Amino acid sequence: MRRLSVLLCSGSACQSAGALALKQALVEAITAEGLTEEVQIVETGCMGPCELGPILLVYPDGVYYVRVKPSDVQEIVREHFLKGRPVRRLLWTAPAPEPRTIPFFARQKKVVLENCGQIDPEKIEEYIAVGGYEALAKVLTQMTPEEVISEISRSGLRGRGGAGFPTGKKWQAVREAKGNPKYVICNGDEGDPGAFMDRAILEGDPHSVLEGMAIAAYAVGAEKGYIYVRAEYPLAVKRLEVAIAQARKLGLLGTRIFDTDFSFDVELRIGAGAFVCGEETALIASIEGKRGEPRPRPPYPATSGLFGKPTLINNVETFANVRHIILKGADWFSQMGTATSKGTKVFALAGQVKNTGLVEVPMGITLRELIFEVGGGVPEGRKFKAVQIGGPSGGCLPESLLDVPIDYESLKQYGAIMGSGGVIVLDDTSCMVNVAKFFLEFTADESCGQCVPCRVGLRMMLGILERIVRGEGSEEDLSRLEELGKIIQTTSLCGLGQTAPNPVLSTLRYFREEYLAHIHDKACPAGVCPDLIHYEIIPEACRACDLCRRACPTGAAQGTPRNPPYRIVQELCIRCGACLEACPFGAVVKVPGRKG
Amino acid sequence: MDKKAILEKFPRSPDVLLALLHELQRANPQNYLTPEDLALAAEYLNLPLSRVRDAVTFYTMFSLRPRGKHVIRVCDSPNCHLFGAWSVVEELKKLLGIEIGETTPDGLFTLELTSCLGACGVAPVMMVDDEVFGNLTPERVREILARLKEEG
Repeated sequence: MRRLSVLLCSGSACQSAGALALKQALVEAITAEGLTEEVQIVETGCMGPCELGPILLVYPDGVYYVRVKPSDVQEIVREHFLKGRPVRRLLWTAPAPEPRTIPFFARQKKVVLENCGQIDPEKIEEYIAVGGYEALAKVLTQMTPEEVISEISRSGLRGRGGAGFPTGKKWQAVREAKGNPKYVICNGDEGDPGAFMDRAILEGDPHSVLEGMAIAAYAVGAEKGYIYVRAEYPLAVKRLEVAIAQARKLGLLGTRIFDTDFSFDVELRIGAGAFVCGEETALIASIEGKRGEPRPRPPYPATSGLFGKPTLINNVETFANVRHIILKGADWFSQMGTATSKGTKVFALAGQVKNTGLVEVPMGITLRELIFEVGGGVPEGRKFKAVQIGGPSGGCLPESLLDVPIDYESLKQYGAIMGSGGVIVLDDTSCMVNVAKFFLEFTADESCGQCVPCRVGLRMMLGILERIVRGEGSEEDLSRLEELGKIIQTTSLCGLGQTAPNPVLSTLRYFREEYLAHIHDKACPAGVCPDLIHYEIIPEACRACDLCRRACPTGAAQGTPRNPPYRIVQELCIRCGACLEACPFGAVVKVPGRKG
Repeated sequence: MDKKAILEKFPRSPDVLLALLHELQRANPQNYLTPEDLALAAEYLNLPLSRVRDAVTFYTMFSLRPRGKHVIRVCDSPNCHLFGAWSVVEELKKLLGIEIGETTPDGLFTLELTSCLGACGVAPVMMVDDEVFGNLTPERVREILARLKEEG
C-alpha cells in the first residue's frame, strides 16, 4: 500500500489539454525526490469537469488540483507529497475526502460513471477489484436467461441512445426471434454534436460495456458481439482493444466462461466518418462493410439484423447500466427517476455554462437544477437564453420551461428529445435563428441522400433560413418552414430525417419573435447575423487613438488622430468587427439592425 | 508494410472491408487510397470494384486524392463554433496558406473540418492524425504547428 495515490484524469479532454506531458513531469519529479515507493500514479478515465483539465485527484486527502501544468509539478511534489501541505493556488475546492460536498458533485448520482475517474481503465484487475464481472458470474451461475430479461424489464431501463425503447422488451424480442446465430451489437457511434458520454464510458470503464454485452448475449442466446466505434475516437478504440485482450486472457470472453456452457466473444469495428451510421440499420450495414445507409423498418434488427440474423443492438450507456441492475436489483434501479423514465442519465454539459463536462443525475431532475445547480449557471454578466438538448435531433427550450423534469416523455412533449444527452447552454449572445440554421446545415450535410424528404426537404428549409438571416425573409416563410418540417418528420425513412426539423420547429415555437425581428425589423437581436447588424462609434467614448482606423480592412473607420470622434462609413463597412476588437475604450458598439 | 502483408491480416470476408481500407490508407504516406488499393481490396475480398468504390465514397475519412502526411481536422460542431472554432480555422488557413480540403505544397499538412470530436468541454478542438488538441487559441495553434513542422 502506497502512502499517496495520485489519480490523473486521462480522458480525451484532459489529454487534449496536456495530461500526458503532465504525467511525464510527475513521474520525473516523483523519481527525482525518491518517492516512487510511496506515491502511486493512476491514469483514469474522465472525472467529469472537463474545462478544469488537466486534473489530479490525490487520495487519501481528496485533493483536486485543476488546470495543472508540468511547471506546477515540482511544487506539488515538494510541498504536498513530501511535506503534506496542499498547494493552495491550484486547488479546485477545499480538500474534500467525500466528493459529494463539492457543489458540482452534490446533485449527481453516479451509477454508470461510478468507475470513471476512479480506476485505471487499462487494468482489468482494477475493474475486478471494484466488483467487475461479478454480475456476469451471477447470471451465468444463478440465473436463467428468462430471469435476466425479466429483471431488466422490471427495472424499467430504456435505451440511452435516444429513442428510449424499453431494453427488456428488445431483449425479449431477440430471444424469441427465430434464426441462428444471433448477434449482440454495441452502438458506440456517438455522433451527436455536444454528446460525449459514450466516449467517456468507453475510455474510462470499457469493461463495464463488455460485461453488459456478455450478460445481454447470455439473455438473448448470442455467442458473438460487435462494438462499433467512431474512427474519431482513437483513444476509446485503443482502450477497448486493451480491455478485450485482457478479458480474453482471463477467460471472461471466449469459450466456456466461468466454466459454464456459455461462450461469447467480441469484435471491434471502426467507423469511417458518417453521422448516419448511428442509426441502427445504417450501423449494421456499415459493420457488413457496406455504405452506411439506413433501410426501412420493419423488419427490425431483432428479427433480421446483422447478416440477416436476429440482432440485439443497444447503446454504450445502456449496456453500462446492466451490471448494476443485475447486482443491485431491479427495485433499486426503478427507485430512481420518474414513473416512465427510470435510473440515471449521463449528460454532457457544454456551451455557456460555468461547469462544463460530464454529469450523471437521476432522471426527473429539472433542467434548472441541471444547468444552475450542477452546471453552476451561465458565466457572470451573461443572461440565460435557451438550452439545446438532444443534439441535432433535439430542440431549444426557453427559460420558461426550465422547470420541466428531464424524462423521455416531458422533453418530447415540449419539442425537444432526450437524445443521447448532449446539453448546450446558450446565453443572450446566441441568435436562435442562427443556431437552428447551424443544426440544419449539419443534418442536411449528413443526410445519406436515399430518401427525398430528407435530402431535398432539408435543403429547402436551409434555403429559407439563409434568406431570413440575410434579411430577405417573409412571414410566409415561417409557415412554409413549419409545413416542410412536419412533412419531413412524417415521411423520412430514418431517425435522422424524422428528427432533423426539430431545432427549427422548436425555435419557431419558443423564439418566434427573433425570427420576426429578422424578417420585419431586418435586425438580429443577439447581434450575430452579419447582414442584420451594424457598428457605430459612441462619440463621447472615442479618444481618437486611431486603432480602429488601422484595424479596419476596408477603410470604413475614419477620423484624425487626437481629434475625436471617429466614425464608421456604413457603405464601406463589411461588419467584420475588427474595429470593435481593436477599440480599447469600448467606444465601438455592435447595434442590431441594418446600417444607419 | 507491403500491401500483401496488410491484406493477409484479414479474413477473406466482405465485412472487413472498412478495416482493410483504413489500413491500406494508413500505409500510404500520402494518406489516401490509390486505384490499385481499391482493386486489391476488391480482388482479395472477391467483391466487385464498384462495391468497394461505393463504400469508399460514402465515408468522409477515406480520400481518393493524395493528402498531407498530417491531416488536421478542426471540429465545426455547434459547441466548438460557439467557442471560436472559426478563428482557429482562419489561423490555420493563414499559417498553412491553404483552404479547407487542400494540402500544403510540401505535402506535410491537409486541412479538413470534422463533425463533433466529443471533447466539447475543452472547445474549440482539433485533431491532428490521432491526437486531440483542446482549448485552442490562435497562439496555441501556432505552437502546435511549429512543433509538428519540427518533427517533420
